[in-house]
Amino acid sequence: MMANPIRGKTACVGLATAGCGEAPGRNAMEIMVEAVHGALADAQISLSEVDGLFAATAFHSMAAMSLAEHLGIQPKYTSGSNIGGSSFMAHALDAAMALEAGLINVAVIAYGSNQRTAGGFRSISEPMPFETVYGPRNPITSYALATSRYMHEFGATRESLANVAVSARKWAQLNPEAFERGDLSVDDVLSARMISDPLGKLDCCLVTDGGAAIVMTRADRAKDSPKTPIHLLGCAMEHHHRMISAMPELTVSAAAKSGPRAFEMAGLKPSDMDTVQLYDAFTINTILFLEDLGFCAKGEGKDFVMNGRIAPGGALAVNTNGGGLSCVHPGMYGLFVLIEAIRQARGECGDRQIDDAKLCLAHGNGGVLSSQVTSIWGRPETV
Amino acid sequence: MAGDGYFDGPGPERMYNDFVDNGKFMIQRSKSTGAHVFYPRTINPGTGEADLEWVEASGNGTVYATTVNRQRPEKGGDYNVALIDLAEGPRMMSRVVGIDPADVKIGMKVRAKVDKIGDQPAVVFEQAE
Repeated sequence: MMANPIRGKTACVGLATAGCGEAPGRNAMEIMVEAVHGALADAQISLSEVDGLFAATAFHSMAAMSLAEHLGIQPKYTSGSNIGGSSFMAHALDAAMALEAGLINVAVIAYGSNQRTAGGFRSISEPMPFETVYGPRNPITSYALATSRYMHEFGATRESLANVAVSARKWAQLNPEAFERGDLSVDDVLSARMISDPLGKLDCCLVTDGGAAIVMTRADRAKDSPKTPIHLLGCAMEHHHRMISAMPELTVSAAAKSGPRAFEMAGLKPSDMDTVQLYDAFTINTILFLEDLGFCAKGEGKDFVMNGRIAPGGALAVNTNGGGLSCVHPGMYGLFVLIEAIRQARGECGDRQIDDAKLCLAHGNGGVLSSQVTSIWGRPETV
Repeated sequence: MAGDGYFDGPGPERMYNDFVDNGKFMIQRSKSTGAHVFYPRTINPGTGEADLEWVEASGNGTVYATTVNRQRPEKGGDYNVALIDLAEGPRMMSRVVGIDPADVKIGMKVRAKVDKIGDQPAVVFEQAE
């Protein structure tokens, strides 16, 4: 089989987060720029070398242009593809292609949000025609509908869902950057205020501030990087709908298509992954994506997440930063998913570090289970 | 086909809302494929023919997914939001009304009616006998 022309040819050489949790007095752009500064310092690459820029936020309709102007640079290639929280995995694929084609030499992917200190959840979504009159509170209502269907088809209970939240919290307790680190029990999750049945408050992601950025270069330059370069081995996207009412099957996301193609590009399989970072905006996400990406069969996710199997010390290291449920969720969480995968592959995760993590999956979700982008990252020896 | 007037006049969103304002629940059907379509589209989704026509919906449906959006009583109280599989095939978001929102169950047979949600006419569903 001919090697995929993108596999391993580019790598993340710098990363940073900024303002995670609460960043009072700082706006979304300022948080994003702080993250860019941190990522470039991590890569030891100067701002003037950045010639490819990729960004999306809920606060800036033309985020990459606003960011370039704030940074005072004139990129040769700019993209602001917005497919919700999965945008940043898509940006990584865009960046890999632009780098490998020689259009650019240094790509920066960035995100920033101050939604928490600016008054609460900031949606990037316009009202959906043919749904709005019925009063869905999106995104929660849409995920609640998917959860209801999943419970109906597979006999799952709210307790299964609660185990996802509790496992995420246990990881968060090992992560100094995580926003919610208090003890959490299954009973706490079950007894929390209901928002949109069957989802209660603790089935839902946090509402925080936060910014993130990564720097990517071609592999030839990455090998001289001060930090271990983490190569993009596979990346694939798919989306099936925009509104939940147009989702073909509420229990099968487009990750069932993006995942296998990402693994095919990487020449790897689910059991090769040392850590699995999944976009957990709601507890149902983790279960659906474990199934759709091939870590267990359809309908088995509800059992897979029980008994601490995805908690620290469990069989599979899932959402090791604490996830969107307990670590950080500023509205579009994807770049934080990606950064946790790369931090694990670098071996920088302290108490939550997975021994000898070489291959890490970062899966992004956007909209209402709409857009799915799967990316697979590996240390230099995996290329 | 260009020039046959297919794209003239109000678009499908306006036409659907005008039907509902007049108490009618209309969906679309592709002349070439025979498949019914909801939500209202400009051309046949997936295949692209400009041949969608309006037909009256049977009004029969089945609850595919359901949730109770929790809301304080002073703001109107809890309400149902459901996805309904229409007998013709397409799925739509709606509300099942007339029973406790928590009593709406997946698989429940429901029947459409045009009612008002607030001031806005909308197709909602009631439990079928």
